[in-house]
Amino acid sequence: MNIIVLVKQTFDTEEKIVVEQGTVNEDGVKFVINPYDEYAVEQAIQIRDDAGGKVTVVSVGPERAAEALRTALAMGADEAVLIHDDRIGHDEQAVAAALHAFIAQEQYDIILGGNFSVDNGAGQVAVRLAKMLGIPHTSSITKLDIAAGKAVVHRDAEGDLEVVELPLPALFTAQQGLNEPRYPSLQGIMKAKKKPFRELSLDDLNLDVGAVAARTARTELQLPPARQAGKIISGEPAAQAQELFRLLRTEAKVI
Amino acid sequence: MSKTFLVVAETRGGSLRQVSYETISAARTAGGTDTAVAAVLLGAGASALANELAQYGADRVYTVEHADLEHYNPQAYFAALHAVVQSAQPDAIFFGHTAIGKDLAPQLAAELGTGQISDVTAIEVDGSGETLFTRPIYAGKALEKKAFTAFPWIVTVRPNNITPLAPNATRTADTEAIAYPEPTLHTIIRDVVRNTSGKIDLSEAKVVISGGRGVRSADGFKPLEELAAVLGGAVGASRGACDAGYCDYALQIGQTGKVVTPELYIAAGISGAIQHVAGMSSSRVIIAINKDPEAPIFKIADYGIVGDLFEVVPLLTEQFKQALQP
Ligand SMILES: Cc1cc2nc3c(=O)[nH]c(=O)nc-3n(C[C@H](O)[C@H](O)[C@H](O)COP(=O)(O)OP(=O)(O)OC[C@H]3O[C@@H](n4cnc5c(N)ncnc54)[C@H](O)[C@@H]3O)c2cc1C
Ligand SMILES: Cc1cc2nc3c(=O)[nH]c(=O)nc-3n(C[C@H](O)[C@H](O)[C@H](O)COP(=O)(O)OP(=O)(O)OC[C@H]3O[C@@H](n4cnc5c(N)ncnc54)[C@H](O)[C@@H]3O)c2cc1C
Repeated sequence: MNIIVLVKQTFDTEEKIVVEQGTVNEDGVKFVINPYDEYAVEQAIQIRDDAGGKVTVVSVGPERAAEALRTALAMGADEAVLIHDDRIGHDEQAVAAALHAFIAQEQYDIILGGNFSVDNGAGQVAVRLAKMLGIPHTSSITKLDIAAGKAVVHRDAEGDLEVVELPLPALFTAQQGLNEPRYPSLQGIMKAKKKPFRELSLDDLNLDVGAVAARTARTELQLPPARQAGKIISGEPAAQAQELFRLLRTEAKVI
Repeated sequence: MSKTFLVVAETRGGSLRQVSYETISAARTAGGTDTAVAAVLLGAGASALANELAQYGADRVYTVEHADLEHYNPQAYFAALHAVVQSAQPDAIFFGHTAIGKDLAPQLAAELGTGQISDVTAIEVDGSGETLFTRPIYAGKALEKKAFTAFPWIVTVRPNNITPLAPNATRTADTEAIAYPEPTLHTIIRDVVRNTSGKIDLSEAKVVISGGRGVRSADGFKPLEELAAVLGGAVGASRGACDAGYCDYALQIGQTGKVVTPELYIAAGISGAIQHVAGMSSSRVIIAINKDPEAPIFKIADYGIVGDLFEVVPLLTEQFKQALQP
């Protein structure tokens, strides 16, 4: 079973966002694997351990994204590929095109990605990739069973549960609940250093700059208006409930 | 009319979803006056709803009806929508940022090799006539404005953020049935188990009542469910409650869960971790109920009650019940 996992590096979810001159300041920020992609990596390792084969993790991004790939290798992935080229546009179409150029030349049975990235949150890249490769997909899965060249998955659709069957090769995006990602062990971290790690540019992928040009552009970036602490309602519970009700009706006018 | 924008409308339980009206309104705002807005309905019984779409602003309604479209199947829905797009040749296609929209829009964007701006919460046309789309990033910790650099546009609109147009009972629309192209389906939907926990969809709810680890057990959600029933709201949860096994992950609100923007958000027994706050901080009014006066949730709540949720929530339910009685 050859499994490819799409890994994006994102800000740690604890990080405060600082906007400076129209961009998000990255100084001193801690970066992690996109939490949804961690589920994807974990699932890939489990399938490989069960069925044999190879797990390749791939990321499109700046040099520092190599750290996220190293973490995935330390978790147990076999190989990593970083697609890094400043000519790749910073939008989902561009990133999907770059991933496509690499993956279309690979042997794979399963592609796993995240449901969305916790920073940009567009939820496009993986599904775009499936379409570009011409393979079926199921997004937002919470269970994945593989048998006899087929996958049976559970999909979370706004709380509804769909049971979906599809043939391999196929692409899936991971939703919370799929599994419990492991932490890299010390041994895993040591081993990771010796695993194959490739860096590819547009030239290696024979990609034309036009194919990876962005179709959208950011025109402005701001912090949302800060929320202020409001009123604390004191007293006996019954009086608190009454007062809250009054405030909601007369002051906040929500009911 | 120089341009055509297409809106992909959605139904649930046989009626149109609120987000469909909001998406028509979004397309109108984005397109300005020289744009015709068409809507598309996929699935059985679609044509019966055409009038309603017209009243909310659609100039034309395309329908595709076929048994394959009974449940959402990515391949079947894509094939049906693609047939409509080929016929209508729209300059932009708008979706709700819903389970279906999130899955269908990127497929179409990839097929057309075009850009998509996801999870849009506001739209404006600036002085130079450029359409700007606002979207929260880092789970609402920052807001960006984006514009397209190529056509066609593909947009998904977050539920509960854009005001629908006032319905006009006299408006009608042309309808056009498009033939389903009958693709070979590799994907089979074996079963659909409808959400049993929350009757109202979290992302569209006007009132959300969330429980955290403070509810202490699955049963601890009962008082919250009772309050939600009285207010016509939905029940959500923190990851703390989900991780503890008190509820399903489908209820999780936050940076790695759902992002909600209700009129009223009540956080009961939730400490207010940054990842939780990211998913609810754009709610209009926030209420926190927590035993600990130092809990960070009070820093962002409009109204706070320091107290035991098991005492306070039932009292609130009583209060609302009495007051809201006809
Ligand atoms: C030179 C360069 C520099 C970049 N710098 C940054 C940066 O500083 N910060 C930043 O956040 N992004 C950076 N990117 C990445 C790029 O901007 C985003 O990945 C892209 O816009 C994807 O959108 P998304 O996050 O909304 O993905 P979504 O569509 O929300 O992601 C869904 C899933 O798709 C997969 N996926 C998404 N993006 C990638 C990726 N890049 N590589 C592998 N798999 C992916 C993941 O499995 C993810 O869970 C850079 C890209 C390039 C080429
Ligand atoms: C990568 C990552 C992603 C995450 N994503 C999310 C996310 O999307 N959403 C999310 O919510 N969290 C997320 N978290 C987890 C987050 O950091 C917190 O751990 C979580 O939100 C805590 O949940 P809680 O407030 O319910 O629990 P706790 O922090 O344990 O708080 C429980 C609160 O209940 C109060 N309490 C107890 N009993 C009562 C009572 N009887 N009456 C009133 N109050 C009472 C306590 O005073 C306390 O403040 C994420 C974490 C990580 C690392």
